[in-house]
Parts: sequence; structure tokens; C-alpha cells
Amino acid sequence: MSRQIVIDPVTRIEGHAKVSIYLDDSGEVNSARFHVTEFRGFEKFCEGRTLWEMAGITARICGICPVSHLLASAKTGDKALAVSIPPAAEKLRRLMNLGQFTQSHALSFFHLSSPDMILGFDSDPATRNVFGLIAADPELARKGIRLRQWGQEIIELLGAKKVHPAWAVPGGVRQSLTEETREQIRSRIPESLATAREALGICKRMRERYPAEAESFGDFPSLYMGLVGANGEWEHYGGSLRVVDHLGYRVADGLSEDNYKDFVGEASENWSYLKFPYFKPRGYPGGIYRVGPLARLNVCDRIGTPLADRELQEYREMLSGAVANNSFLYHHARLIEIIAAIEGIERLLEDDDVCSHHLRAEAGINRLDVVGVSEAPRGTLFHHYQLDEDGKVLSANLIIATGQNNLAINRTVEQIAKRFVKGPDIAEGMLNRVEAGIRAYDPCLSCSTHAAGRMPLTVELVASDGEVLRTITRD
Amino acid sequence: MDRVKVATVWLGGCSGCHMSFLDMDEFLIDLAEKIQVVYSPIADVKEFPESVDVTLVEGSVANEDHVELCHKIRAASRVVISFGDCAVTGNVPAMRNPLGDPEKILQLVYVDRADTHPIAPKEAGIVPKLVDRVRPVHEEIDVDYFIPGCPPSASRIQEALTNLLEMGETHLTGENLRFG
Repeated sequence: MSRQIVIDPVTRIEGHAKVSIYLDDSGEVNSARFHVTEFRGFEKFCEGRTLWEMAGITARICGICPVSHLLASAKTGDKALAVSIPPAAEKLRRLMNLGQFTQSHALSFFHLSSPDMILGFDSDPATRNVFGLIAADPELARKGIRLRQWGQEIIELLGAKKVHPAWAVPGGVRQSLTEETREQIRSRIPESLATAREALGICKRMRERYPAEAESFGDFPSLYMGLVGANGEWEHYGGSLRVVDHLGYRVADGLSEDNYKDFVGEASENWSYLKFPYFKPRGYPGGIYRVGPLARLNVCDRIGTPLADRELQEYREMLSGAVANNSFLYHHARLIEIIAAIEGIERLLEDDDVCSHHLRAEAGINRLDVVGVSEAPRGTLFHHYQLDEDGKVLSANLIIATGQNNLAINRTVEQIAKRFVKGPDIAEGMLNRVEAGIRAYDPCLSCSTHAAGRMPLTVELVASDGEVLRTITRD
Repeated sequence: MDRVKVATVWLGGCSGCHMSFLDMDEFLIDLAEKIQVVYSPIADVKEFPESVDVTLVEGSVANEDHVELCHKIRAASRVVISFGDCAVTGNVPAMRNPLGDPEKILQLVYVDRADTHPIAPKEAGIVPKLVDRVRPVHEEIDVDYFIPGCPPSASRIQEALTNLLEMGETHLTGENLRFG
């Protein structure tokens, strides 16, 4: 008798999701699916709002990475005004984005994923969380909390709020640093860097501690997409898009976000509120690609700061190939990116422009069909607005990082289920591994279901006759 | 003394209120001695527990899963707190209300705007049906306290929780009553 397992909700992810696992008569896994279960409808209700409100509204798509939407929306707005923003404004936007990378990546590692790695995939689910980490290793937990806090503080010192700052606007930003706040950030760089390096050390040891997980958490060829700078360096704000394949071959380079519809397509399925973007030239679902830390390190030639470049070199030597095709390595890549972010923050703070008062270019509406892009911690983010001459939004389309990983997350869930889940008795730890594979992507389902909504995770165990044998749910 | 059992729930919203909860930073370490988090999006318990002292509810009531969970929460919780503007007023998710029938929005997003394989999500038991009108939590169940803000700052959350833990009730005043 075949059956279906549902994990509901998937926990320690940023959103609402379920997973279905389909078993055959002998209890072996046939297939598995990742479902996102929330819908909010941003693209529709933004119609009729003004361009000036879009940064504030779209930031509310996500409380974890509101800065990503703030920046993508402001960049889209810059194009609508047809202005080149003041150099200081671009540097400050980069500074805030790197603060966000630090806080968001720290959250992913310390608060959400380290309970699996440090306490164990099979540890007691009642304490397998950040409070369990506080009990087991209070000093490490405190360091992780302080690293995230420092990233959040950069956002607050610039934008007056840690979550949903009203700061970046079409044409620039509203406020710079003072000498005092600049020093306040700078004084904690050594501590933050030490914590990031300690976390990376812990993460490197996990491949030895969990070899079976490390080889089956999403190990398959796919394409990778991300921004790179003018000289091929790691990028999070400007530059152009590059796509490489599983061997590192450049499939496309120098792509402009303006033409995203030529290379990004979107498909729907009746079992998820999360759409399925694909690389258009390869079709659906053959155009599966991954974005985020793993992809950004795969597409760039180098990072451009010394410590991060040294780590990137070691990482590439370990891979014995040019690119990483295994999603377990998202954690490793994410921690290299925290080091890159901290070094980038240090470099930006050396520039007196971060205290400048020339922050904003003023103009009216000069372009009516505009696309902006930025790298969110989880990957590439596109905002596309069509406007009338008064700046009223006629239509909005948002392509979110986690959505672009949807095909890959689905394949990962199936790969892990086939490796670890076996009937008839399903141990909790088997299912937690499926969830941990999702956590590797650090999915932001609140973002990805902008169009839609939120994500609790449900796993259903379904027999081949369709009988639901067991449902494991979490909201 | 037993620690106070606290649940945090995320309905239709952006998780910003939960991020603000985590922004209490090192106070979380002190808090861990006084409270036990028994259910939360950042913890792994999948079923809402039968008995909880305090439940913080982020987000508005936007789909049928939220409705069901709200009633479970009320039945099992001694104190229910509407946590953040979406729970208190409906806020941003309620911006879809003037658009009317949610089925039409789904049609636009998943069918009209799909490049390939256009189909509206509706698999029974998996994808929850949207409610016609997004509502604040107190329209669905009785709520004991409100913490406004989009999101409420960490200091506001800390004050509300500290009052509740020390005095058994919490009433925010002044600046702490601001929305947004």
C-alpha cells in the first residue's frame, strides 16, 4: 500500500510551507513536493498606488529582508526618474545592504540552522531551536545574537528602524551616518569578524560530522544566476547578471535586468502558492537554476576583499571543480559571504562619503516602464513597474529570490526523502532532515509568496491508494 | 518555579514582528530563564500545545488555515496578544480587501501572468483557501492585549512581556501605542 506523509508546517524557515512525501507499497519514497501555503496579493494591490509608496509597501513583503525590497524598489524608482543618484547615496545603500547580509545570514546560521548541526538532526524537537542552543552553548549563542544585532544596528543607525526603515527613496537615500555612528559601527568590526570566522570553522567541520547529509542535501547539476561587478567580482547591488552551468561554463553574461523577461519565465502549479521561475532559453522545468550564496560564489571570479578571497580559494580547492552543485554548501557559502560583508562594511566606512549630505537627486517621472534589481541575502530580486505619467503604478511584477530556488528546493526535498525516509515507521529525525534541506536555502517564503502569502510546513504521508496515513504539521 | 509557557504564531504577515522579537537580542538569554517557548515558527513543535500561558499572534487572518489555528490558540491559551499592526488592524494584507473576490486575484497572478503552465493553486488539504476579507485577529477570537507597531520595536515587546511576567498584566501607554 502506498501512502503520503505531510510535514506541516516546515519550521525554522522564514515562511509557511508544507512537504508531501509519497511512498510506494514497500515503504520506499516515490516522490516529494514542497508546497508554499500563503498568498497576500502584493502585485495586485500595488496597482493604483504611487511610485513613492512602493518602497514602503513592498518592504512589508518581508520582515527578514525588508532592505532588499527597499533597495530594489528605490533602484526601480531611480530609473523612473531617469537620474543617476549621488555617489554617497549608492555607497550608503551598499552599506545598508551589507548590514542586512550580515544580520540575515547570521539569523540563518545561528538561529535557524545551527540547532540541526550543533544539537543534531535527531535531537529532541522540543529543544532543537535557538533557545536549545542558548541552553547548550550560551557563549556561542550570545556571539551569534550579537553578530546579528550588529548587522541590524547598521540598518537602524541609517534608517531609524531595524525592520521596515523608511530610508531608501527613488533618487537616493534620506540620511547618512554621523561621525559618532560611523565609529559606533566600526568599533565592533573585530568582534563581528571573529564570530563569523568561528562560525565558518564550525560549518566546515559539519561535512565530516554529517557525511550522508552533506552528499544528499540537494546534490545535482543546475544553472546558477547572480549579479557580478564590471570585472567579474562578487556583487550585491550593481553590476550585471551572469548565468553559469554546473561545470562553471558561462551560459550568459552581461545580462541587464531590463530584459529579464527574455531570460526568466514563470510557471504555476496547482499545489503551491509559490510560482516556479525558470531560465527561459532552457524551458520549463529544464531551466532549473539556483540563486543566493551558493550561486553568487559560483558566478563570481573573485570576491575582492582579502579574507573572503582566501576563504573562497580554499572552498574552490575543496570542490576540486569550479562550481558547487550541492545545496549543503549554501551554509558554507553564506558564512564566506558574511566575511565578505564585514570586510565590505569596513572598506565603505573608510570613505568620508558615508557622512555626506548630498544624498538625493530630485526629479519627476520620466520613464514609465522600469525594472530594478538587487541581490537579497537569498538571491536575485527583480522589481518591475509600469507607471502612468503621474507616477501611479499600473502594474507591478516582483520576482523573488526564493521563488527562483523553488524548482531546486523541490528536487532537494525529493532527494533527501529518498535517501532518509523509509516506511512503515517514520522517525521524526527523518523528516527533520527533509526540513533541514529546505533550511539550507534559507528560503524566505514570506518574500516568495509576496504575490501569495506565508508558509507553514506540513508533511503528509500518503498511501498509494490515496489514504493519508499521517500528517505532521507546523504553523 | 515552572517557566511561563509562551507560544508565538505567524498568520498572514511578513514575520517582521518575529524579527523584532529576536531583536531583543541578549535579553533573549535572560528571558530563556523565565519563559519556555513551546510553539513558534522558530521552533520545531508541529502541533499547537493543549495548554499555553501566553500566545503572541503576528499577522492577520487571511486564509482558512489561519481561522482554524486562531480557534485552537484561543482554546489553549490563557492570554492571547495581538502582536503587531497586521494582527491589530489587518494592515498591509488587508490592502487586498477592496479588490473583492480573492479567486480573481489568483486568476490574475497564477494564470494570466504565467509564461507557461498557467494554473491556480487549489490542491485540497494542501493549499488553504483564502478568506473573502482579511481581518484582524480580534474579529475572529477574543484578544486580551494589543501590541501595535509595524513592527513593534524590541523595547516595546520587552516592556509588554516584562510587565506581563512580573505583574500578570500589561497595558502599554504613550509612544508605545503608536501604529506603523
